[in-house]
Amino acid sequence: MEFAANITAAALFQQILVGLSRTTILFIVSSGLSLVLGVLRIPNIAHGSLYMIGAFMTWSIATVVGGSPAAFWLALAFAPLAVALVSFVVERGIFCRLYDREHLMLLLFTFSLTLVFNDLVKLIWGSDYRSLNAPDFLQGSFSIFGLPFPRYNLFLLLTGPLVALGLWLLTNRTKIGKIARAAAVDREMVSAVGINVSWVFAWVFVIGCYLAGLGGALVAPTQNITQGMDHAIIIEAFLIVIIGGLGNIWGALLGALIFGLTDAIGILVWPQFAIVFPYTAVVIVLVFRPKGLLKSVW
Amino acid sequence: MLRVNEIHTYYGLSHILFGVSLEVRPGEIVCLLGRNGAGKSTTMRSIMGLTPPRKGTIHFKEIPCKGKKPHLLARMGIGYVPDDRRVFADLTVDENLEISERNVDKNGWTRDRVYDFFPPLREIHSRRAGFLSGGEQQMLTIGRALMTNPELLLLDEPTEGLAPLIVKGLAEQIVRLKESGLTVLLAEQNQTVALEISDRGYVIDNGSIRYHGTVVDLRENEEIRRKYLCV
Repeated sequence: MEFAANITAAALFQQILVGLSRTTILFIVSSGLSLVLGVLRIPNIAHGSLYMIGAFMTWSIATVVGGSPAAFWLALAFAPLAVALVSFVVERGIFCRLYDREHLMLLLFTFSLTLVFNDLVKLIWGSDYRSLNAPDFLQGSFSIFGLPFPRYNLFLLLTGPLVALGLWLLTNRTKIGKIARAAAVDREMVSAVGINVSWVFAWVFVIGCYLAGLGGALVAPTQNITQGMDHAIIIEAFLIVIIGGLGNIWGALLGALIFGLTDAIGILVWPQFAIVFPYTAVVIVLVFRPKGLLKSVW
Repeated sequence: MLRVNEIHTYYGLSHILFGVSLEVRPGEIVCLLGRNGAGKSTTMRSIMGLTPPRKGTIHFKEIPCKGKKPHLLARMGIGYVPDDRRVFADLTVDENLEISERNVDKNGWTRDRVYDFFPPLREIHSRRAGFLSGGEQQMLTIGRALMTNPELLLLDEPTEGLAPLIVKGLAEQIVRLKESGLTVLLAEQNQTVALEISDRGYVIDNGSIRYHGTVVDLRENEEIRRKYLCV
């Protein structure tokens, strides 16, 4: 294919929709990463592993329940919860004992978690590819300006704003959300008004990891579920969090939009070098706004 | 109510407090006077459990505080107002008070009562705390501490950086808090205000208590004030 050979308005529109559905996954995963980074001040490298576990769990639950249309929805509901449970056990069992340690120790700990999770996934699910079908009515495509657009992507397009709304309600309308915003800036004063910061961290960590699991569950029907999907997502998620502004959930939304859209448009205009586009966008953002687009809590 | 006995506190390797002892009895306002860097804030932080002492003991309501985390001390009834205010800048005034509500009982402090006590806060209840003036932030940090329904209030330099008129109003409010039954430990550089509203005072210098007595003693003891308090 030649450079920018077949761009029509319809193709561009279709590709933007594809990019936006990719944005949904990226936003959900990176908002969780950003939440943990903002409040606990820890870059959770194992976030990608939890995303992978979410995808495998979704496959397992859907397979165990069987072929009924409800199987996928059950899996979508319970796989992220299972991931949240795993993260809760890890946080209360080990992580919460390390908060007083220096930053590097925590970073190494989350890195070691990725190794452990990786091997656990290998033990439980083996190293084969898995794939999962979306429920019947979300399979196939419909046509937009004569070009096909997968129905499942439309479902993703609707999910993204819902999750964003949920996160807005969580951080602005619930007590735990308000406490988390306060703890992101001054954890010492939060404890001085009688709040057990350790439990705040636990909840925020679990909510963040739930989002990783949710991202994994949502992505499951769109790609092969396989070892290594953790590495791919964690790099993207970190870049998104960095260009958005560390710890800022809305920054993660903006970053995911930039990443998802440049990726999709790259595929359209220059397929062989598509992967260059989002990374170039990241570089451009960082040249002009080294601290990210929105206010970083660091 | 509060008994601090021979505490030694360190920041990392630097030894800051050298055997500080003091006592606060129920219903008193006790001031801790000293110059900048004398150890006032460190004493307050030690009592709140933010920088726990390595040696010595602290008892609050006859309960040993050793090893207790700040949130447990807050729940036991110690309210803390830090010297640098530290409002939750991203939260509104309302939200600052809301998340600080502890030990609720029917005669206790509520958001409404804090607004009655500091009427200017009611006017700006939906503003982000980071955008408040110094005086407003000071009211908010005190209001926030009151929302934890404390029995003992640790006030660390509440008048620092405030205009004289605001300082006067604040001093009156502190006396009103005492009249409502609250016990106050007040760390101050501003001796005029502190000696006006306190019952007793301690003088701290270089991490040790140099003097203690009633405010009448302190007002009359020119030498102590010149030696330890004058800049």
